[in-house]
Amino acid sequence: MIEFDLDQSDVRELNAALHNSDIAKNQSKWKVSNTKGRHAIAVGIDETLEMLIDGHVGYYCAGMNKHANITVNGHCGPGVAENMMSGTVRIKGNASQYAGATAHGGLLVIEGDASSRCGISMKGVDIVVKGNVGHMSAFMAQKGCLVVCGDAGDALGDSLYEARLYVRGKVASLGADCIEKPMKLEHKAELKELLKQANLSDINVDEFHRYGSARTLYNFNIDNVGAY
Amino acid sequence: MCGIVGLFSKSESIESHLGSYLSKMLIEMTERGPDSAGIAVYRTATDKNHTKLTVLSSEDNYNWKKVSNDLSQHYDGPVNFEIRGNQATYVVPGTEEGITAWLYANHPDLKLISSGSSIEIYKAMGLPSRVIEKFNIQELTGTHALGHTRMATESAVTTHHSHPFSTGEDLCLVHNGSLSNHNRLRRILRKKGIIFHTDNDSEVAAGYIASRLQQGDDLNEALAAAIHDLDGFYTFAVGTKDGFAVMRDPIACKPAVIAETDDWVAMASEYRALAVLPGAKDAHCWEPAPAKIYSWKH
Repeated sequence: MIEFDLDQSDVRELNAALHNSDIAKNQSKWKVSNTKGRHAIAVGIDETLEMLIDGHVGYYCAGMNKHANITVNGHCGPGVAENMMSGTVRIKGNASQYAGATAHGGLLVIEGDASSRCGISMKGVDIVVKGNVGHMSAFMAQKGCLVVCGDAGDALGDSLYEARLYVRGKVASLGADCIEKPMKLEHKAELKELLKQANLSDINVDEFHRYGSARTLYNFNIDNVGAY
Repeated sequence: MCGIVGLFSKSESIESHLGSYLSKMLIEMTERGPDSAGIAVYRTATDKNHTKLTVLSSEDNYNWKKVSNDLSQHYDGPVNFEIRGNQATYVVPGTEEGITAWLYANHPDLKLISSGSSIEIYKAMGLPSRVIEKFNIQELTGTHALGHTRMATESAVTTHHSHPFSTGEDLCLVHNGSLSNHNRLRRILRKKGIIFHTDNDSEVAAGYIASRLQQGDDLNEALAAAIHDLDGFYTFAVGTKDGFAVMRDPIACKPAVIAETDDWVAMASEYRALAVLPGAKDAHCWEPAPAKIYSWKH
């Protein structure tokens, strides 16, 4: 196991080691301590490895992650797992704004609450939040699933494309073009699998509601043909 | 971008090291704003019928003794004072009423930057570490304190444009964000008698709160009204005689995090400023919700 104590070495050294394939390919287990809210920890990993980040982290932790399984034993600042491509990022605490923004793939699990704009413009990532999400979550979300086991704040799914949203608790309000849709068997199966991956199998999928796009904003409307 | 911090003591161990802890917090926020920095600290309250005035000079070796003598004559009683850098704090036997006009008439080169029973404000251009050293902030004790480090976006980089801004007796404000309707609000508030010294947007927020308080609002009412009348992005921390309040705008883009233990409550733009406090790792820690007022009182 490689251990980085960020009181002894800086974040640049950690990320440089992670980006050095000679080191990263041969080390499957990593641990980072004394994080103290520092920014950009474990960004841009492109290897299959296990990373434990023991402590609270600042902006953009685990951004652009590819293949790695990263666990943060603490709270996260803004932009955790931003633009993730694959792998898993698991946050034991709360996440700040725009968790999982623009992420293309992989799984982001937040065991606490996520604040505003969780999953903004998500492009294929699956996000499971055990607690609540803040306002404007899944804004312009294009692909993937956002699962909220608690409540959702105002304007959920505003200007949504094809991402699927599952919320167990209350939704303060839906954003423009976001509507409730029926929970069919295929959706329950999908949700069950996501909860299983998030280690939340004890939560009953029957308690969730599904939300998606009404598709009135982004589809061409034949009534407007005269305008072109 | 700017960095703001606030620390509210719930124990003697924090009070006796308040300046030291706040300094560490503010230095952690240096990258969020290198232009100027400032601190408001609530120290020992004055005796009844006395007022504490913090006065700023553009010169480092000002004749503060002369001002003390003049104030003593003006108030017809003894005046105590303490010098820190290019600022001095006077404890005068009377109220703040009329002292701004008196100061500008008798010492036009000085500026009153705070008044009340316990508040003191210190601010200057440069990095937080320089400002903290200049005023020897680490040695200060007190019940609570706020700090700000500025990255100027909409007005000049001067000491007068620096935060915290006084909003009235024992009140001050620090701001991370920008206001878009400050010019119109400033005109309206000037008609109501609020005096502005700069074209800074945050000073308008401070003046707005001062105006609401003068009209009879309490702090929570003034902040609730601000959500409707201030257009822009903001995280505010407002210092009061007994505590402080935190509020974010309804969009809540500007960061803020709050943490609490048995010994302290603290807020900061980023968690790393809280990490320097004792017991931070296990503190109850959360992000303040949009358009919600959080306040603590002794």
